[in-house]
Amino acid sequence: MKFVDEFRDADTAHALAAKIAALCEPGRQYKLMEVCGGHTHTIYKHGLEDYLPESVTLVHGPGCPVCVIPMGRVDDAMALASEPDVIMTSFGDMMRVPGSNGSFFDAKAAGTDIRMVYSPLDSLKIARNNPDKRVVFMAIGFETTAPSTAMTIMRAAQENLQNFSVFCNHVTIIPAIKAILDSPDLRLDGFIGPGHVSTVIGCRPYEFVARDYGKPVVTAGFEPLDILQSIYMLLLQLSEGRSEVENQYSRVVPWDGNPTALKVIGETMQLRPYFEWRGLGFISHSALSVREKYAQFDAELLFHVPGVRVADPKACQCGEVLKGVLKPWECKVFGTACTPETPIGTCMVSPEGACAAYYNYGRMNRHRVKEAVTIQVGRP
Amino acid sequence: MTANRPGGPTGVDEAEDTTGPAQVGWVEQALREHDERHDHDGHGAVPDREQQVLDRIDRARRRRPKVREERITMSHGAGGKSTHTLIEAIFLDAFRNPLLEPLEDAASLAIGTAQIALTTDSYVVSPLFFPGGDIGELAINGTVNDLAVSGARPLYLSAGFILEEGFPVADLTRIAGSMRDAAAAAGVQIVTGDTKVVQRGKADGCYINTAGVGVLDRGAALGVAYAQPGDAIIVSGPIGDHGVTIMLARGELDIEADVQSDTAPLNGLIAGLLDAVPGVRAMRDATRGGVATILNEIAKAADVGVLVSEDDIPVRPEVRGAAELLGIDPMYVACEGRLLAVVPGDQADQALAALHTHPLGTHASVIGHVTSDSPGLVHLKTAFGGTRIVDLLVGDPLPRIC
Repeated sequence: MKFVDEFRDADTAHALAAKIAALCEPGRQYKLMEVCGGHTHTIYKHGLEDYLPESVTLVHGPGCPVCVIPMGRVDDAMALASEPDVIMTSFGDMMRVPGSNGSFFDAKAAGTDIRMVYSPLDSLKIARNNPDKRVVFMAIGFETTAPSTAMTIMRAAQENLQNFSVFCNHVTIIPAIKAILDSPDLRLDGFIGPGHVSTVIGCRPYEFVARDYGKPVVTAGFEPLDILQSIYMLLLQLSEGRSEVENQYSRVVPWDGNPTALKVIGETMQLRPYFEWRGLGFISHSALSVREKYAQFDAELLFHVPGVRVADPKACQCGEVLKGVLKPWECKVFGTACTPETPIGTCMVSPEGACAAYYNYGRMNRHRVKEAVTIQVGRP
Repeated sequence: MTANRPGGPTGVDEAEDTTGPAQVGWVEQALREHDERHDHDGHGAVPDREQQVLDRIDRARRRRPKVREERITMSHGAGGKSTHTLIEAIFLDAFRNPLLEPLEDAASLAIGTAQIALTTDSYVVSPLFFPGGDIGELAINGTVNDLAVSGARPLYLSAGFILEEGFPVADLTRIAGSMRDAAAAAGVQIVTGDTKVVQRGKADGCYINTAGVGVLDRGAALGVAYAQPGDAIIVSGPIGDHGVTIMLARGELDIEADVQSDTAPLNGLIAGLLDAVPGVRAMRDATRGGVATILNEIAKAADVGVLVSEDDIPVRPEVRGAAELLGIDPMYVACEGRLLAVVPGDQADQALAALHTHPLGTHASVIGHVTSDSPGLVHLKTAFGGTRIVDLLVGDPLPRIC
């Protein structure tokens, strides 16, 4: 398939793997964090770790929109959904996220009107077709999805829709990266920068990582060769003693981002003073709410939102996984009490969650399987 | 971590256990088991902690399945993990008997001197009419195929209809016509039936149930439990056509592609295969849950490993493109006219040759092999050159596919 196969070519991968192995200094360990859950998914889905030397470890980061939603927000959404005449809409990933009383799927099975949409604009269609109902779109995601929520709010305003609102849970990536950099738990050598977020915010916001923390960042695309190449670019910087922000995904990511997208976000949303992240706690200026100008579309003003903070289940170590401190399989309940079928933590829910990716794709003894499949990775 | 905690809402209850009613008990138990095992581990050197975790998961997966939900969710009908759990924990538990226990597509019964196969299937596909077929054709082919893959010669079918008040008679006539034509093409007769009508809103137009009987006159013992290391795994053609067609036919995605359902009766193709290769170990038609689910059933039932190669799995470019856009894996997408066969490795060429002579099998290919390594797991060598496992489907990407 055009525009896909060329980014998954095994021969190119073997050549890149040899170059990566050649860059690794003997005895040195490299820990690189892929910030974005989309990258985690690609890494496991294509078996990319088979191409990496033992000394290169990929640490999975917090950039999974569903994973960082705290339990209390799911409960809030559930409370909104059970208000009279409400139709709640959200993305498919959100449907299985457990709140303290089950997930959207469970609520749906019990009769609550919750519908999955592929685009926030679909919620407007539902609102138009159901004038006697109140449609609430549960907006989640980083800067990647915020522009489409913003456009939806603006469209609703143009149409003067009276029965549509947004329960806004959009978060921003930079404060999360900063929180991880400031975490004493972790020593990272570099970052594979999030690709989709960067199509909106560009590469400039990561400059502080290279400048103030001395860690290289390479913004990467989502095909396996994109990621392999960005690992090569990071190792090259490390071997040359550089720490810069580089753009591997230049076919999509403009250095300064997408000004139109940033403008619509700014038009409709503002930074919250603080927001709770699952496992990371409260992070200041890390999330967006609907601007006062569009208050008529802000579900948090239109409805009573309980806003009770709910602690994660004791057994759940999603926080440590999100920060990259624990590998998914190091969590106490991984794969036994917590599975994709009956998740306790969010990381096991979304296909972008590190635990789900490992459970669904990577749950195997890589060394033994490697022998069985006789993959010859190019090593010098 | 210097994440600020600027006050937050008051009344924060940090220590409270919030595992919820459905989780109380089993979470604690898992933790206890973990800790107990951890104590044992503490005494000696730990060679490979990851392997220990993998073994623990393997044990957990072999435990008796239990339905944890309080209500039925759409996942229970998706053909994946939840469906398996529901069938084993509720139906198999309630009806348990040696004839049901193999959980094959059809039951094999001895009546007098005759050996017959019996199966049933219900159809709730939405939309009722789609490119390449409709619910009527599906209802015949699906049941014919369940009989054929169990090695039977399909003979007679029943047809039960649940109709919603207000359903157009013209549509029902069209569906009945499709069923007549499909039955004729498959060489079976519809010999009994039932009709019920429910109030408007209590059903979605038209649901169909068909049951079928066939005669097992070849004497071959077939079943996924018979798979052995070294066996070849064959699919009869490109996978995922039906599922992607239905998804696009619903028109919710604003994507168009030139694809149509692969619904077809497989009894002719299968008869040719069994004539040429009497040693066939097992056959399945890849419906809900797709090829991935069948591979997992093989690995579990025969306690063997399965290794398939992504490069060798036939998928039409249109289907691959649509699946790529929608973020779904063709391995999990339903087919309605594709055979998956397990044959002894040394008879794979013979089997392919036989399949290639039939119009439904021209693109048949070997996609992988049964191995003795990692019993219970399906491994995939990706086109990119890496390896990963292929698990049972969790959740439901596409309800009401058939």
